[in-house]
Formats: sequence, structure tokens, C-alpha cells
Amino acid sequence: MNAAAEFLLEADRLALKVGERWLCCEFSLRLAAGECLVLLGPNGAGKTTLLHTLAGLRPPSVGEVRLGGRPYAQWDALAAARFRGLLPQQQPDHFSATVLQTALVGRHPHLGRWGWESDDDVALARAALAEVGLADIAERDILNLSGGERQRVSIAALLTQAPRLFLLDEPTNHLDLHYQVATLELFARLARGGRGVVMVLHDINLAARFADHVILLDGRGGVAAGSRDEVLQADRLSHAYNHPIRRVCGDGRRVFLPD
Amino acid sequence: MLRSLPALRTIAALLLAGALALVWALSAGDLPIPFSDVVGALFGGADGMAASVVRELRLPRAVAVFACGGLLAIAGALMQVLLRNPLADPYVLGISGGAAVGALGAMLLGLAPWLVDAAAFAGALGAMLLVFGLAHGDGSWTQTRLLLTGVIVAAGCGAAVTLMLSLATDTRLQSMLFWLMGDASGASRPWPALVLMVVGLVAVLPFARDLNVLARGELSARALGVRVERLRYLLYVLASLLTAVAVTLIGSVGFVGLIVPHLVRFVIGNDQRVLLPAAMLAGGTLLTLADTAARTVIAPMQLPVGVLTALIGVPVFLFLLSRHPR
Repeated sequence: MNAAAEFLLEADRLALKVGERWLCCEFSLRLAAGECLVLLGPNGAGKTTLLHTLAGLRPPSVGEVRLGGRPYAQWDALAAARFRGLLPQQQPDHFSATVLQTALVGRHPHLGRWGWESDDDVALARAALAEVGLADIAERDILNLSGGERQRVSIAALLTQAPRLFLLDEPTNHLDLHYQVATLELFARLARGGRGVVMVLHDINLAARFADHVILLDGRGGVAAGSRDEVLQADRLSHAYNHPIRRVCGDGRRVFLPD
Repeated sequence: MLRSLPALRTIAALLLAGALALVWALSAGDLPIPFSDVVGALFGGADGMAASVVRELRLPRAVAVFACGGLLAIAGALMQVLLRNPLADPYVLGISGGAAVGALGAMLLGLAPWLVDAAAFAGALGAMLLVFGLAHGDGSWTQTRLLLTGVIVAAGCGAAVTLMLSLATDTRLQSMLFWLMGDASGASRPWPALVLMVVGLVAVLPFARDLNVLARGELSARALGVRVERLRYLLYVLASLLTAVAVTLIGSVGFVGLIVPHLVRFVIGNDQRVLLPAAMLAGGTLLTLADTAARTVIAPMQLPVGVLTALIGVPVFLFLLSRHPR
């Protein structure tokens, strides 16, 4: 076993270009099991594009992304889906389905072409729904749910998929304060249990609380990648968000506030 | 396997309903034929006028209608997933418009019936290739662009059809109108359509769970290991071919392809592994019932079957829609 296989996700000299615009200059990252990486940056900086590239859903403009030590090109799509899962930004649902059926969609890569979900799969889906507080409405139609509830259904589907690496695009979207923290704590717990987490966040303070590593895109091609304390500096954040941001200390916690 | 038991029950019930509808189609008409004679004509090799009416007149028509109902229902269900739009039907991308231009053009020139069929099929394929070429020209493939291209091509075909109707002589006008509304009386070679219906279902069933994932959105589907590009080609080509065959056989019968997938979805949910076979059987059954009613309710006059599908389908659909828990 080579050393690289210890990392769930690696990006080597990665750079992204959309049209003629460079979203980020070359940088590298490595994520080991148990770690949580947060992508930060202003609107349109390319956080989602970077996440999709890390998920293998679009090719990098420069460099290489490796999942479990192998480039995506060497992965079978279903095998990759058992290794890494993506929580996309919310998309509208057009067809009715129950909450439970929607969570069960996450089992897709685990079933053969003719496979039918087993009782074990249903048990997994029900456990996932319980994790996000939806156990009571498993039979409800997803078209009747609120935005926050639908976000939690998507999270439950991702938990049902049970990948080793979670890639989350704004997991706290549509969630109230309680579920924002509960959701991030859930993924922090999964990371401590040996999974890896990469997530796009808007809230610098949630990032400061949950991240081990941070990648900060400034929207002008600049990238700051490193440990949380290296990257989360008031001057760096102010530069990236183009807005003065202050660090305030109190109660043993650091809080970043916009001026 | 146990979890698929309710699905099997649904399919079995629909198979039974389809068989009953076919028996009714074979026995009802100007010359009512009792059930026992229908069975005798089909399986017992009975002779006589009743037997030949069953075998030579009613059976080809019933099979054609059943096959077309099934084809349109599958095509509609596939289009709804492909476009992620519950309002999509088999005709939304201009297939029936292309077929109508071909068929009516051939009728206008007074060509033989088999040439009308050939022109309809060619028109349907032409529309399919045109929409595909325009919407997919640069390699990207967005649902909105595909839908918009299809709707515009269909509108262009509609204008051409209107033009041809206004040019037609009175004697040809009636058969052209009947073709447009859907008319099964001329269907003489139904078996290839029935075979294609089954082949189409068998071809798409291995991908049924992929369709469930795709219905959640393209990004989720790709992240879950579905090869979305390949799946879309399959959906597009298959739905178009099934529609082209149905339209060639009995004209543009409206409504079946839109309403049957929804009816089935109301009752059994949106799991494509059950929905597709159930929609096929339900579509065949509904269209067989509608066609039999169309040729018997005000006999000896025959109504276009498309009118009856709408007259039956609309109240049933509205009833289920109103009862559907929101």
C-alpha cells in the first residue's frame, strides 16, 4: 500500500477556469480520514465549482484530483459513489415521492442492476431520517415539505448512501439555527468516526468552529489553503470578502464580525 | 424480493384488466359475439363469420390500439423523466408534429396508405433528428433548451399542418382530420408495434432505478454513479422511436402519454421499476377501452379514438387529482 492511499482526497496543483476566468490559481490539498475541510469565499468565487471538481463531476483545468489514491478516471462511477457522496445545493422536486423513498435513493450505488432495496437498506434509511429528525414524517410527500425539511431529506439520502467522504454544498442552507449546528455536529461526529468531510459554508464562525482545514477563495483567482488558524485571519478574510471583518475574543471563543 | 411483492400484485391486476379490455374489444360491435365464441375463434380454430370477424377485423385493431396505448404511455413516462417535467408528453418534442406533416403531405398528394404510413414515420424521425441536432448541437444538453427546441419545432409543424388542411379538397379533408385526431380503423399490421412495445419496456427496465435517481436531479444522479449522458441518449431515442411507431400506426392520439403515467403515479408512486410496466399495461387498457367505445357508442358511426381518450381521461384524472393527498 502506498502512502497516498491513506488520504481520502488529494488535489495536486489544482487550478480551475470557467470560460476565460481563472477561479483559483494552483494549489494542493490533502484530506485524511477524520478531517474536516471548509471552503469559504464570496459569491461567485467558485466554491461550488471547486466542490464539484473534488467530487469528480467536472475535470480540473490544471492538475489532478485523486480519490482514495486514484484519479477519478480510474474509478468506476458506481464504485466512486460508494466512496464519496455529494450534497448538492437544493434543486426543485417535480415528482411526488415519500420521504423514505427519497432517502432510499442513496442506496443506488450499493445495489446491482436488478437489485431491490432490502430490509437492511430500509433500516439504514430510517436511521438516517432519525438522525436528521424526520423519522415521524417518513411517509409524507416531499412536495409538501418546507425548504428546511427538504434539505434534511437530502442529508438523510446522503447518510443512507454511507460514503467515506462527504462533499457538502452549503449543508446549512434553509436550516434554522438549531438544525444548522445539529447538522454540522452530525458531520463532525462522522468525521471523528473515520470519515472525511469537505463542505462549502457561508458562515465564517461555523467554519471556525468545525473546520480542521480551510480553503479561502477570494474570487480574483487567489487561494489561501491551510489549517484553520492559518487561514482564518481577519485581514485575509477582509481581503477575500472585500469587506472589513474583525475578530472578537470572548468566552474562550473567537468570533468574526463584519464591520 | 419481498419488497417488490406489492409491485407484482399491481402488475398482475393490470394484466387482468388488459385481458378483459381486449376480450371486450373482440366481442363488442355491430355483431356482438359472446365470450365463448371469441375464445373459440382465437384458440379453437373455429370457422364461420363470427370467427373471421374476430380474427381478421377486430383482433388486428384491438392489438394495434393496445400496443399504441402502451407505447405512448411508456414514451410519456420516459419524456417526463428526461425533461424532469410532469407536463411533458410523447409529443412535446415535435414527434407527432413531424409525423403529421409527413402523413398529411402524403394524403394531400393522394399517395397509397402504406406510403402515408412511411411518410408519417419518416416525418417523426425527421423531427426527432432535427430537435436533437438543434438542441444538442454544441454538445451541451439542458432540459430547457431541449424542451424549447421541441416546442418550437412542434409549433412549426402545426403551422405546416394547418396550411395543408387549408389546401386539401373536401374529400381528403375528412381522412386528414381523422388522422390528426387519432384513428385506428386503418391499422392492419399491428404485431410489430406490440413486439416493439415489449422490447422497449425490456430495454429500459434495467435502467429503471437510474431513472428514479435522475428524477431527483442531474447532479445527484451523476454523484450517485448514474451515467447521465448515456441514459439521456437512451431515453430520447427510445421515447422518440416508440412514439413514432404509435403515431404511424394510429395517428396522434392525444392524452394517453400525458395522463396514464400520472394516473399510475397517483396510485403506485413514482418508482419507475413499477411505473413503467404498469403505465404500459394501463395505457394499452385505457386506449383499448376508448377505441371500443369509440366504435360502438353511436354505431354505425365511428368516433376518433383520440376524442374518447380525452373524454374518459379528463374526468378520471381530475377525480384522482382531487383525491390525491396534498
